[in-house]
Amino acid sequence: MQTIIQQLEEKRASARAGGGERRVAAQHAKGKLTARERIDLFLDEDSFEEWDMFVEHRSTDFGMADNRVSGDGVVTGHGTVNGRTVFVFSQDFTVFGGSLSEAHAEKICKIMDQAMKVGAPVIGLNDSGGARIQEGVASLAGYAEVFQRNVMASGVVPQISMIMGPCAGGAVYSPAMTDFIFMVKDTSYMFVTGPDVVKTVTHEEVTHEELGGAMTHSGKSGVAHAAFENDVEALLNLRRFVDFLPSNNREKPPVWKTDDPSERPELALDSLVPDNPNKPYDMKELILKMVDEGDFFEIQPDYAGNILTGFARMEGSTVGIVANQPMVLAGCLDIASSLKAARFVRFCDCFNIPIVTLVDVPGFLPGTSQEYNGIIKHGAKLLYAYAECTVPKVTLITRKAYGGAYDVMASKHLRGDVNYAWPTAEIAVMGPKGAVEIIFREDIGDAAKIAEREAEYRDKFANPFIAGQKGYIDDVILPRNTRRRVCRALAMLRNKKIENPWRKHGNIPL
Amino acid sequence: MFKKILIANRGEIACRVMRTAQRMGISTVAVHSEADALAPHVQMADEAVLIGPPPSSESYLLIDRIIEACKSTGAEAVHPGYGFLSENPAFCQALADAGIAFIGPDVPAIKAMGDKIESKKLAAKAGVSTVPGHIDVIKTAEEAVGIAEQIGFPVMIKASAGGGGKGMRIAWKADEVIDGFKSAASEAKSSFGDDRIFIEKYIVEPRHIEIQVLSDGQGTTLHLCERECSIQRRHQKVIEEAPSPFLDEATREKMGAEAIALADAVQYRSAGTVEFIVDKDRNFYFLEMNTRLQVEHPVTELITGVDLVEQMIRVAYGEKLSLTQKDIRINGWALESRVYAEDARRGFLPSIGRLTRYRPPVGMEHVRVDDGVAEGSEVSMFYDPMIAKLCSWGETRNQAIDRMRAALDGFVIRGVSHNMDFLAALVGHPRFAEGRLTTNFIAEEYPDGFQGRELTLEESGVLFAVAGFIHKARNDRNASISGQVPRHERGNRRDWVILMDGAPHAAHIASSDAATLVTIGNDTWTVESDWKIGDLLFSGRVNGKPVHVQIDIDGVGYRLTYAGAAFPVLVLSPKAAELYELMPEKVMADMSKMVLSPMPGLLSSVAVEEGDSVESGQVLCVIEAMKMENVIRSTVDGVVAKINAAAGDSLSVDQVIIEFE
Repeated sequence: MQTIIQQLEEKRASARAGGGERRVAAQHAKGKLTARERIDLFLDEDSFEEWDMFVEHRSTDFGMADNRVSGDGVVTGHGTVNGRTVFVFSQDFTVFGGSLSEAHAEKICKIMDQAMKVGAPVIGLNDSGGARIQEGVASLAGYAEVFQRNVMASGVVPQISMIMGPCAGGAVYSPAMTDFIFMVKDTSYMFVTGPDVVKTVTHEEVTHEELGGAMTHSGKSGVAHAAFENDVEALLNLRRFVDFLPSNNREKPPVWKTDDPSERPELALDSLVPDNPNKPYDMKELILKMVDEGDFFEIQPDYAGNILTGFARMEGSTVGIVANQPMVLAGCLDIASSLKAARFVRFCDCFNIPIVTLVDVPGFLPGTSQEYNGIIKHGAKLLYAYAECTVPKVTLITRKAYGGAYDVMASKHLRGDVNYAWPTAEIAVMGPKGAVEIIFREDIGDAAKIAEREAEYRDKFANPFIAGQKGYIDDVILPRNTRRRVCRALAMLRNKKIENPWRKHGNIPL
Repeated sequence: MFKKILIANRGEIACRVMRTAQRMGISTVAVHSEADALAPHVQMADEAVLIGPPPSSESYLLIDRIIEACKSTGAEAVHPGYGFLSENPAFCQALADAGIAFIGPDVPAIKAMGDKIESKKLAAKAGVSTVPGHIDVIKTAEEAVGIAEQIGFPVMIKASAGGGGKGMRIAWKADEVIDGFKSAASEAKSSFGDDRIFIEKYIVEPRHIEIQVLSDGQGTTLHLCERECSIQRRHQKVIEEAPSPFLDEATREKMGAEAIALADAVQYRSAGTVEFIVDKDRNFYFLEMNTRLQVEHPVTELITGVDLVEQMIRVAYGEKLSLTQKDIRINGWALESRVYAEDARRGFLPSIGRLTRYRPPVGMEHVRVDDGVAEGSEVSMFYDPMIAKLCSWGETRNQAIDRMRAALDGFVIRGVSHNMDFLAALVGHPRFAEGRLTTNFIAEEYPDGFQGRELTLEESGVLFAVAGFIHKARNDRNASISGQVPRHERGNRRDWVILMDGAPHAAHIASSDAATLVTIGNDTWTVESDWKIGDLLFSGRVNGKPVHVQIDIDGVGYRLTYAGAAFPVLVLSPKAAELYELMPEKVMADMSKMVLSPMPGLLSSVAVEEGDSVESGQVLCVIEAMKMENVIRSTVDGVVAKINAAAGDSLSVDQVIIEFE
């Protein structure tokens, strides 16, 4: 017995040592933490239960038979974040460069299977050189096993990827199928093919950072949902993020205490919308003043700025916020913003998170680039997502709600539960100028007449009352009372239950 | 008494005048531009009249519009506030012609004091001491040298029509006089269309001390003691106080007597201010007389108890003063800080935008806030960037300073940059506490600009204590989350590391009764507060002493602002703190090699090309914002490496326009 225990201790020590002192030092020198350090930071102290510490690869080719490390380059298990169970895998770059072997993949699959059974989120901390080339197709099979589980878990438990090192080639597709991808600035990158291949094929010279760094994916490609300064801040923010999410699709979002009164008036919101309809204002001010404690976890803050998405709480309970941002491209819908919001809406719907939509949208962005790239198809995704979703939907039109974009943005017609408007709302097919030029085409030469028609159109439609008459708007609320009214709507909707007809799955226009 | 008066001004001074008028039972009429339709001064008035588009030259400066507004509303008198038309004789004349009273002095007094040379002559004649110098217009540079030698160096060469530092030169020797004369004259010509120049002695270690006078034009002229306004930045007053820490009773008496003599000499009738420059030996010399209510009048009101606006209204109505010189006593000490929308840490660059949060420290003991904005107000490019005047009163100067520091700590402004950290640094400066002021205070103490104040040990302690308190509150609350695994709930940690501005400090944070105890090493702070998560202002007690600290929660970290300093703070578990040490220090992009857009706007032209060598001061580009052309000049000598924007592009604030090599 004594020797067995001693053996166990030795095995544990060897597994914990990872790739050895030299490689750990190299990891640190890059500003990166080790796989275990990351888990320690992410989970509640002493809550980690490790699995499969003794797993080793089964490869014998290319000298691998004598080259085995306990754990095989990934640390897996479960623990708690703020007292709630999560499953986690953390790739260890110091062991075979974190490369994915058959055994490595099996470890990941094992915790994913278990997470599905108990209904707990899966968090991946990715830091891997890619496939274990020595294993050939076995490694590829491993990826596919993970992919299949990503898809099975999608919409069942939240899946989050934190990219903390390289993630290249086929490896990118596992994070790509998770709900959220976060990245660490300067030390992480993701791409399907790296700079060398890019150079050979297209003759483009590009660095790792430019091709697939955190700024590229959080700003340009929209692949990542946020970027953080360093490992520590990334993992602390990941803890903060997990606090917003329910553990699975049968749970309601978590609730915590708040001292922020739901009745809190915000007088200055009365002057948020400028008199001039063409002047922008910062929609974020409304979000920060409406939600609990001004706490807003923004998703994709640096991508498609014309729409804001993110999580906040109202009366202590998580809500998803979708808001047009007049500061960027006048808040119009284009391909990028439609995709950004559609995916966010679908996530909220999967996990029972009520959606608060703040609308100031002049319409879809015109132009050949938009049409050629398929704004019809991509805009339809947001429409589909809103129409399909069954969670509580509270919508507030602050200013413009023009054209098809009005319909899209969680309108009454797409089963909006509570639809409010501020007195400054203008709900119409288009802006007065455009409308008049079509309805009164014969008067176009006559500036005075057009101005008169425009004023007439403005009087008729540049207000929330026509929509109110038809019941498309449930009430016109004072901006200062927004928080109170939205809190009450959400409280009323607490037990909302509707179901879509049975089907295998809908056919969202992908 | 008047039944109705019109206030021909905007912002805080319009509100200030209305407060007194309303107390006196007088109806008030506001005038406003299109930009000010929702401004507090409009909402406060009984009636409001729109007088034009936003630029003041098309609204607040239009005499006809204001007279029309008086007629249409039946206002019997006009209070001009300060600035705009307050010292414009044509305006007073137009009012007089229309039979409307002007709440201020008569036209001859305004005219006499409006010209720097004329006013000096008048002062000298009235027996007021003036700066040794030559008060006749000087024609040539050679003549200037002769005069300078007569007066004795150093001398100041000044434009007769000058102001705000324009057309002013200091010369320490003869050839500097020649250069200075020429450049001052040409600057005065281009700025004021008037190249008349005079020369006077340059005062070393000068202080700006002014006497408030009040006259009814019916035989009673009083002085209401002095204000010291030596804390100036580029000739703009920043902090004022009353009384002056420098004057003795005898000097005060003498200055008061001379101020009264001058007021009487021009048959002054209203409140006015006689400005003196005082040298290190308490010699004082007349500078100019301001024939209006001064911005800094509240400090005088706070120490004398006299409502200057009320007295101005009564005098304008024709009442005799009921006060005598014997009634004027100095009670305690008062300070005023001018809160400007300008970024002290970025060369005092003006800032515009919406006040997304605005919570002045009203209700704090002996603090007076004169403001004309509210939360949601817009600080626009069209008008003066002053947001508010923050005043404090104390029985002693130290008490007034302490109250000012607390008030600055407790004044919440978000949405625009402001100078409150700089104000806090000034009133917290040891030299300020000693009262060793000169008009060069800021230039001497902050030669390289302002980068935040260095905290004392005790003040840093307050920040540690508050950081510990808020983190504990947040951590405890977060542990109340639903869905925790039963019997595996989150425990409450007591050992933490407070990372303040990057430096780690191991801390023990625990609760005891209603307080939180924060211990670092041998120091323990007891913190009590009813602060709620999300509040921008932490008000509470640290070791029994009241403190106000501003808290911006930024994801997992905090930004704490206190006593003129602002720090990023992270509170970590010891393990996390240990690992944090391994995190690479990120080098901030070197902004000194970049030209950033100071404001959102349209890039109307770029004056340089890539590869050009430029000198400091050279024009780089022009940004059009709010119909104003803002010329961006180089602050360095260098070579243009890259131009990131083209004419016609719209720019966001802080967008990089040009990069240097």
